[in-house]
Amino acid sequence: MSAEHNDFYAAPGEEAEGTVYTAMGGGDWADIASAQAERGDETLVINMGPQHPSTHGVLRLMVECDGETVRSIRPGIGFLHTGIEKNMEYRSWTQGTTFVTRMDYVAPLFNEAAYCFSVERLLGIEDQIPQRAQDIRVLMMELCRIASHLVAIGTGGMEIGALTVMTIGFREREMILDFFEAVTGLRMNHAYIRPGGVALDLPETGIAQLRDLISWLEKHLPEYAAFCNENPIFKGRMCGIGYQDLSACFALGVTGPVLRSTGYAWDLRKQQPYCGYETYDFDVITWDTSDAYGRFRVRLDEMWESLKIVKQATDRLEASTGQPVMVDDPKIAWPATLAVGPDGQGNSHEHIKHIMGESMEALIHHFKLVTEGFRVPPGQAYVPIESPKGELGCHVVSDGGTRPYRAHMRDPGFNHLQSVPIQCEGGMLADIVVAVGSLDPVMGGVDR
Amino acid sequence: MSDEQSDLTPAVPEPPKPVATRRGMWSSGTGDTSGYSRIVRAVDWPAASEPPFGSWYDDAYNRLLALVDDPFIKVVLDRGELTFFVPREKVVEVMQALRDDALLRFEFCASVSGVHYPDDAGSELHVVYHLQSMTHNRRLRVETACPDADPHVPSVVATYPAADWHERETWDMFGIIFDGHPHLTRILMPDDWVGHPQRKDYPLGGIPIEYKGTTVPPVDARRNYR
Repeated sequence: MSAEHNDFYAAPGEEAEGTVYTAMGGGDWADIASAQAERGDETLVINMGPQHPSTHGVLRLMVECDGETVRSIRPGIGFLHTGIEKNMEYRSWTQGTTFVTRMDYVAPLFNEAAYCFSVERLLGIEDQIPQRAQDIRVLMMELCRIASHLVAIGTGGMEIGALTVMTIGFREREMILDFFEAVTGLRMNHAYIRPGGVALDLPETGIAQLRDLISWLEKHLPEYAAFCNENPIFKGRMCGIGYQDLSACFALGVTGPVLRSTGYAWDLRKQQPYCGYETYDFDVITWDTSDAYGRFRVRLDEMWESLKIVKQATDRLEASTGQPVMVDDPKIAWPATLAVGPDGQGNSHEHIKHIMGESMEALIHHFKLVTEGFRVPPGQAYVPIESPKGELGCHVVSDGGTRPYRAHMRDPGFNHLQSVPIQCEGGMLADIVVAVGSLDPVMGGVDR
Repeated sequence: MSDEQSDLTPAVPEPPKPVATRRGMWSSGTGDTSGYSRIVRAVDWPAASEPPFGSWYDDAYNRLLALVDDPFIKVVLDRGELTFFVPREKVVEVMQALRDDALLRFEFCASVSGVHYPDDAGSELHVVYHLQSMTHNRRLRVETACPDADPHVPSVVATYPAADWHERETWDMFGIIFDGHPHLTRILMPDDWVGHPQRKDYPLGGIPIEYKGTTVPPVDARRNYR
């Protein structure tokens, strides 16, 4: 490394050798403001965020306006950067799920799934994952998609003043999170999908709870359409806003509902099926307006498609009760099956009895896996999945060790924020909020 | 940026040699009491593949060979994923051909990520591009490399605008300078940050924790399995 990189912990503002790169073309905020003051025209420079209630988390937007017309807008990100990818290089492969689940925290199960699919491809065990584990993954991912779309619709509505959409959105989401809590022990940050399968099977009451949840959602999901679809204020705020056509989506790497709102039916669940999606009956939703309203309608209809998949998965899971949910390889399968005790979580007494009293081999496997982990053959893999926001991929490199050599998450929100200028410039100041909300970025995933 | 541009000397971005030769079970610098201290293991990367690869891979390979002079250092087909290792001075040309040719048509650049291989002398820093052809429903990975002493790789933003932020992140995290990038600034770390955190020689950080009379070292200083 060259000399300029030696002082890793240099204080902010400390002189570095060579060029210091800063945002906004090498200027500091004070310089931008003073340069603007000298220009003497009516252009207004506004710093929106990072602590702004309508920017979907800690997103900073630097806006130049002429009156209320946006002349230039530049997003600034990185305020929620937590170094997850670096941290993963110091933990075992299984512990990696605990980290990735915290990236896009609105859709945690998708992060886990993308990471685990990549690790499984490196391990070469993609064909050995038990069917029940795959069905549980599909079930959990589709419920998570509904929960994520509810947040997108709810917060997007709240930001334009439709507060009821937010309150009912979070009401439904809470029901889904209750089910997640019953299955994984946690409302979010589950670390439930693991390399080789899932952490534990559905609880005994799982299917019954699921049927309750499905009937709850069937009863309440129509409310969003009734509130919003033909609401003149809602349509007035959403229609024609945040316009982005198909070629712009391709150029800027935009996927998910934003891409489908241009009329292009691109969904990785259909195009490059994983996890057995090809065996489920569902449709890819598109809209033809390429605007914020189209994205809202795509999300709304996708929740129904997800519910269709959830119902099919429920039937399959009911039929496969008792079958394994983890790959049949004691050198990979995480041994400690947890049982939900009175405190919400606890070790399975059956498992402890097995390793302490019955099987020396089981004890050795348990000890080796927990302290050492498993080794993954060298190589690299990139497995993309269709998250609620778009293409979520995990690039994993292994050097044959017990820890990831490099893990990089391709979060759809990261790409989507690149398209904020193309959607907002030339529009009105108030429409920024609608456009950003329709992209549904989650800063935990964007900044990682 | 212009004063930073250097002549691109043809680096030899060979993919990493045998990852490492490992002795014993534990990370270096710690006493190995496992009883396996004399075990020596060589770890190899997936070997280069030779045509024919099968499926659509041959078509893409031959087409690119016809469009670009000598584009490959090697091709690796591993676990169903095709990787073209390309010298850095050919990256722009290769990417342009991959996007524009009707038979290739990789119109979508999903991701760019860096990987640091400190042991891979002469090409320590790798850049990995993940491409997607929606027309043909195919995926492809292009990988290039540059030496740590001359960390320059041409930018592909002119071909794939989506790579803009990804290249900024790769600069931010690995210190790879993308020549020709319109605005290569830090993106995740603060503007005045010094160093590139995801390089292997950048410490993770952390402090020893004292608990009940004993001290637990930070994660990167602990003894661990490899």
